[in-house]
Amino acid sequence: MVKLSVNIGGVELKNPVMTASGTFGYGLEYSDFIDISRIGGIIVKGTTIRERQGNPYPRMAETSSGMLNAVGLQNKGVDHFVSEIYPKIKDIDTNFFVNVSGSTIEDYVATAEKLNDLEKIPGIELNISCPNVKEGGMAFGTSCASAAEVTKAVRRVYHRSLMVKLSPNVSNISDIAQAVEYEGADSVSLINTLLGMAVDAEKRKAILSTVTGGLSGPAVKPVALRMVWQVSQAVKIPVIGLGGIMSAQDAIEFILAGATAVQVGTANFIDPCISTKIIDGIEDYLVRNKFNNISDIVGVI
Amino acid sequence: MKKFILDLELKENSILDKKHFLLKLTSPSPLPPMLPGQFVQVLVKNSQEVFLRRPVSIHYVDRERNELWLLIQVVGKGSQKLSELSPGATVNLLLPLGNTFTLDPVPQSRLILIGGGVGIAPLLFLGAYLKNNNHQCNFLLGARSKKDLLQLTEFEKYGTVYTTTEDGSHGEKGYVTQHSILKSKSFDMIYACGPTPMMKALAEYASETGVYCEVSLENTMACGIGACLCCVTDSLDGHLCVCTEGPVFNSKRLKW
Repeated sequence: MVKLSVNIGGVELKNPVMTASGTFGYGLEYSDFIDISRIGGIIVKGTTIRERQGNPYPRMAETSSGMLNAVGLQNKGVDHFVSEIYPKIKDIDTNFFVNVSGSTIEDYVATAEKLNDLEKIPGIELNISCPNVKEGGMAFGTSCASAAEVTKAVRRVYHRSLMVKLSPNVSNISDIAQAVEYEGADSVSLINTLLGMAVDAEKRKAILSTVTGGLSGPAVKPVALRMVWQVSQAVKIPVIGLGGIMSAQDAIEFILAGATAVQVGTANFIDPCISTKIIDGIEDYLVRNKFNNISDIVGVI
Repeated sequence: MKKFILDLELKENSILDKKHFLLKLTSPSPLPPMLPGQFVQVLVKNSQEVFLRRPVSIHYVDRERNELWLLIQVVGKGSQKLSELSPGATVNLLLPLGNTFTLDPVPQSRLILIGGGVGIAPLLFLGAYLKNNNHQCNFLLGARSKKDLLQLTEFEKYGTVYTTTEDGSHGEKGYVTQHSILKSKSFDMIYACGPTPMMKALAEYASETGVYCEVSLENTMACGIGACLCCVTDSLDGHLCVCTEGPVFNSKRLKW
């Protein structure tokens, strides 16, 4: 039996495979297809202090080996999560993390505070990297000072595991990672989407209502791998790697590059069973290569 | 309804005209329950350029032959790739997705099912279902010209068919919304699927005449199961997911 469990910032996951925020709803959307309790961790949809309608349609464009989205954090707000969603997911045997977003530091803090008391939510993912909102979002994640400031403010009120999701739209992601580590982040996840754009030549218009959007899927994987490798050299806290993971092999590449755990995102849209297939594939890989413990291969590059 | 991910076998791929084709898919085991208005997400294999699944309305389910029919228009790389499939090919689908049309109208209701272009697709399954449940259907189908009117003999099995063509080569000349039947007869319920301008015009007709009208939308989608929130339409209740809260909506609820 190989050991697949990993510890990320104080939270024990039964395996290193998580599902990325915004690609897996609240997990329940996938329960007809797979046993979602097999997944190491589920990061639920980006949640804000108040309800948000998100951006106007069209807010998705398919690209070569990927897609752009400009959803813009549509969600019903943290109170809705606490009263309506949490009761439905709290008894599922996996780790649910809430992705927390905001326009101001006060919003982030207030949202995090409301999640403190939820017994079955062992951590939050602080989203300082959403490229699709006019205010806040990515703005917090693109300078060391603002990333540090929001992390510090949330750390002061939030007592459980704090994962900070980093933006790739920066010149030096390691600096940002070190800044949030210094302010008390328990782990970092990367990468959020890369800012991109799609054009309809026939209509001579941008496809997305917002013109720009976030690129995800296999197209971003080499960039994500490089950043995971860089950040894992720069910080001591666990790194959670994501960006274009479509298979167990992709996930293993991220782990070899330094990720303690991974998140599967866009791939869920193409194969709703992919997360469990990746768990099985990682186990097969370890057995085939005679490793007893997933930790044996973390960051060997 | 429980959703499935299934590999089905392509039994037949009929080219209906230059731009439309009909896939008949089957399986060794009985196909799961599916209802009119619902759709499937088709995986397009072996394409460098097609990344996401393609949402396609359920055109018809033949329970006797255990066949799922998909009527598809070639509009881009995904549908082009699907049009090239040969019998025997394996096609992976998520199904059944989305809500349904109203399937239990008041008995004796005067129903009209209005489709434009490839928007006729979900109306065949709906018409067949309604006929089996002792409702009388009128179909009003519109296309550019006679050669673009698809599956007429199939529709004729389930009700009276009226047509319009833009060039007047079949039925009345003009758009479906200009057909004389909408003035000469009154209806209790409209079911519609087609281009947005057509559905918008029908939504206006419905609100002026007080007729209940359901429209089926075809927004671009990523997941098809309510996870990504990419396919939203604007409504009086804010942004709604076409894939889970639709694709069928009361036309009055939408902001046109």
